Amino acid sequence: MTEADEPTGPDGMSRRQLLRHTAWFGAAVVLTVTGGEVISHVTDNPAAGLPAADPNTLRFVQVSDSHLGFKGTANTDVEGSFARAIKQVNALPDRPDFVVHSGDLTHLATDAQFDQVKQMLGGLRTGQVFTVPGEHDSIDDHGQKYRQRFGAGTRGEGWFSFDIKGVHVIGLVNTLSLESLGHLGTEQLDFVRRDVAGLSSDTPIVIFSHIPLFAMYPKWGWGTDDAVRALSYLRRFASVTCLNGHVHQLFSKTEGNVTFHSATTTAYPLPAPGKAAAPAPVTLPAGQLVGALGIRDVTYVRGQHALAVRDRRLA
Amino acid sequence: MAIDPHSRHRVRLLATAPVAAGLALVTACTSGHSATSAPPDDSMSGMSMPSSATAPGPAVGANAVAIQGFAFSPASITVKVGTTVTWTNRDTDAHTVTANPGPFKSKTLGTGDTFSYTFTKAGSFDYLCTIHPFMTAKVVVTA
Repeated sequence: MTEADEPTGPDGMSRRQLLRHTAWFGAAVVLTVTGGEVISHVTDNPAAGLPAADPNTLRFVQVSDSHLGFKGTANTDVEGSFARAIKQVNALPDRPDFVVHSGDLTHLATDAQFDQVKQMLGGLRTGQVFTVPGEHDSIDDHGQKYRQRFGAGTRGEGWFSFDIKGVHVIGLVNTLSLESLGHLGTEQLDFVRRDVAGLSSDTPIVIFSHIPLFAMYPKWGWGTDDAVRALSYLRRFASVTCLNGHVHQLFSKTEGNVTFHSATTTAYPLPAPGKAAAPAPVTLPAGQLVGALGIRDVTYVRGQHALAVRDRRLA
Repeated sequence: MAIDPHSRHRVRLLATAPVAAGLALVTACTSGHSATSAPPDDSMSGMSMPSSATAPGPAVGANAVAIQGFAFSPASITVKVGTTVTWTNRDTDAHTVTANPGPFKSKTLGTGDTFSYTFTKAGSFDYLCTIHPFMTAKVVVTA
């Protein structure tokens, strides 16, 4: 994942760095695989080519970093913002097959905060709700309270996988080890290896984790120290899409067959990498917060390699 | 807030020909690698004495660490065996003081809360905030 030796342009930014800063709201980033090469392009018409209400079309939504219980000027009503996000999901033209919350459901992992977020997630109009924990959900008990509410049907310490409409979906837990970086651990890595062993290489893989599986900004802990091993098990697959939270901002990057998409938050923004002394909550000028929050919906048409990832500002 | 997709530039990004037009959000980014943690030392023991303080914490002295601006300050202190070190959270956000790995672990500290720990053995103790794991620091205890 190191890019230290990559040639850089006159502005000090390498081509790859340019490519990985191409995430924003409104437009869909469509990933296609042509001749083995993943091509990202932004379309101004995300619905183009996607059949409406096709039973073979997979639609799911990612919401992230709701931090219920947060008190601060960066967002004085995180519960209200999360309620708006849920309402926005419920107003989507097509009911999503599932919704995934990619962690930091709560701010301080208290019983009351877990109860509230579970109750609010129950208001989603969708087939099923999946979660992975953030470090805020496991600050003092290695995720026990989290798993009491959200651990049903999961393996190990909360990881899981399932197949839906031709896509293999994996939820990983990389927030339980006390390291500055995210960590998967041997047991979970073995799970990934065995989990994909029997899959055909043309099966699209979607992976959820809280902390990025790529080195977005390790100085702030925005990376996972053993993710390279997990991704090594996925090298033979034509299309691997990793969707994470944690960084509270949109960010996309493609490495070989793998595309990473960091999601924004429903709670409060964090600074861009290196743009502040610490990744502490950012208080925006009045009226601008809502523009930094949002939800993400993803569409996949069975039989194709393309996943359309669309980020929407909070409505 | 509704987004009008038609107001966006149409941009096609190819691996061989990145196009910067319309990429208003392109910003510089520095990649780095984090330091690795020190080897584990499980042989230490001590007594944990968490406490809550409603009054502002004491001034930062030789045995005191402030938690401020999402950082431990100072990030490294050296004390003699038998010293009690006190951490005070001066941020509006909550933090923890958690040895990694090791003998001390605070509860979640709100604004103004303190945590104290008496070091009974020499060694180097790495710790972090489990809520914000990028916040790392250490205490060096000398005989």
